[in-house]
Amino acid sequence: MTDLEHPSLAPPVSSVGIVGWMRQNLFSTPLNAGLTLLAVGLIYFLLVPLFEWAVWNADWRGSDQSDCTSGGACWVFIRARLDLFIYGFFPTSEYWRVDVVFALLAVLIVPQFFDRFPRKGWIGLFTLIGFPIIVYFLMMGGSFGLEPVETGKWGGLILTLVLAFVGIVAALPIGIVLALGRRSTMPVIRTICICFIELWRGVPLISVLFMASVMLPLFLPEGVNFDKLLRALIGIVLFQSAYMAEVIRGGLQAIPKGQYEAARALGLGYWKSMSLIILPQALKLVIPGVVNTFIALFKDTTLVLIIGLLDILASVQSAIVDPAWRNVSTEGYLFAAFSFWVFCFSISRYSQALERKLQTGYSR
Amino acid sequence: MSEAIEESSSAGDGLMIEMVDVHKWYGDFHVLRNINLAVEKGERIVICGPSGSGKSTLIRCINRLEEHQRGRISISGVELTDDLKNIERIRREVGMVFQHFNLFPHLTVLENLALAPIWVRKTPRAEAEEIAMNYLERVRIPEQAGKYPGQLSGGQQQRVAIARSLCMNPQIMLFDEPTSALDPEMIKEVLDVMVELAHDGMTMLCVTHEMGFAKTVANRVIFMDEGQIIEENEPEEFFTRPQHDRTKLFLSQILEH
Repeated sequence: MTDLEHPSLAPPVSSVGIVGWMRQNLFSTPLNAGLTLLAVGLIYFLLVPLFEWAVWNADWRGSDQSDCTSGGACWVFIRARLDLFIYGFFPTSEYWRVDVVFALLAVLIVPQFFDRFPRKGWIGLFTLIGFPIIVYFLMMGGSFGLEPVETGKWGGLILTLVLAFVGIVAALPIGIVLALGRRSTMPVIRTICICFIELWRGVPLISVLFMASVMLPLFLPEGVNFDKLLRALIGIVLFQSAYMAEVIRGGLQAIPKGQYEAARALGLGYWKSMSLIILPQALKLVIPGVVNTFIALFKDTTLVLIIGLLDILASVQSAIVDPAWRNVSTEGYLFAAFSFWVFCFSISRYSQALERKLQTGYSR
Repeated sequence: MSEAIEESSSAGDGLMIEMVDVHKWYGDFHVLRNINLAVEKGERIVICGPSGSGKSTLIRCINRLEEHQRGRISISGVELTDDLKNIERIRREVGMVFQHFNLFPHLTVLENLALAPIWVRKTPRAEAEEIAMNYLERVRIPEQAGKYPGQLSGGQQQRVAIARSLCMNPQIMLFDEPTSALDPEMIKEVLDVMVELAHDGMTMLCVTHEMGFAKTVANRVIFMDEGQIIEENEPEEFFTRPQHDRTKLFLSQILEH
């Protein structure tokens, strides 16, 4: 071994600390430096005025238009009309019933975010089946000494949530049955499922809602009439279940043939092999697609405004045109958009957590 | 591999599988032609032949993963027809091990094993899990019970698959090329389990190219080509004095190296 003296090199450019990080990631070449400066400029010119308008110069306190004087956002409007946005035209004395629904939903959802919560499965099942029944009796009234509230008075956030929740809870099982039916070896069942799916996928949701609200009563005999909200719900559920079926069918097709064969070779019948072997794997594969459909459904509920149901967006709109308030449409729409975003983003985050949890480390 | 197994109680114990003039077509392709086969209780039969000769199709007809179009197949006296009840009854008594294991990836090893006893045989969960642990010990991987199949090696997965079939306490075991998808160093651990099973008197039908296994374990070797049974003999005779040219060619191709 020889003892060669190494020539001493210049010390390496710092790659640690804030300056080092910036040098590596933001200013590594002249082009990158230019782009960084451009981005910073854009952020400055866009976000600073937005921040000034929405927070710095905004009016937060007060009760009517005269309190909005500073020229920024008039959040007083949202505060003043919040009851309308949340409860719709529900009688003020009965607001507590809606509050109970919100509270119950929150209490039931919390366990789902913990890995090991006692009886988590049963709570989940209750949320899907028992909870809607409780909500039905609580909101409709007319029994247990509760004052009846007709569905025409439901509105705002609670109406949006009812539409979305029922749509999601009912469309998934119907979608599963349709997807299995479409892959059935029995020609009659397969044909029925294909016709159903293609029919509902081929029409826009607006026309479905319109049919349900305007056309259907014309075909019903005189005197027979059922609730407008119920008709809209059935329309939404059938429409969304057709989409759901196709998403789930994709998952069923991705399961290797060997899984079906192994289940059958062990003596499991059709329903047992589907529910124990095939569907758990297929549904896990299609979580992204199913959640996509859920989120689309959540936002599509706004279309009920066309048949005169006031969901959260429609109630915001009705408040904007109120002559008591001027120039509040930006605030109103931002509030509506933010409400939707909170729910859709929560659904998305939950589904990602679920996907991670169900990962069992297999490659196929 | 272990020493050759002594001739177990000879014929007459009861006919387990009977195939008479069985034919099958895939569209125009005639996969099985005039198959006649009788398997006694405790017999160990190895089926070999070139790929596409119908070996797998033949044993898959026995538990109706494939349908035959002509002829008659009976398992322990029960004939395989379109009757779903009969098919499920037969499947409970016939275990099958696949080339690609086909374990259920979303369940742990123990859940894979206990599933069929619980849901098909209606065994209480605790008892089913006890049975499952017993068989896991027999295939020498009890320590893997809590893992998912994706975390095991190929050889371990195939042993789990064998144990999964055994948990149903079947009368017949079908093996469809059980070692073909394995790395060479894992073949022995799977064959050892199969040899032990043969020692215990299990009725076995095995599609395989492991000629060493055939020599030590089988009572009969069946050679198939183009959907027909060409030759059928005791392993000693089969390997030393094959009758047909096609058999000779096949044996020379697989034994030459």
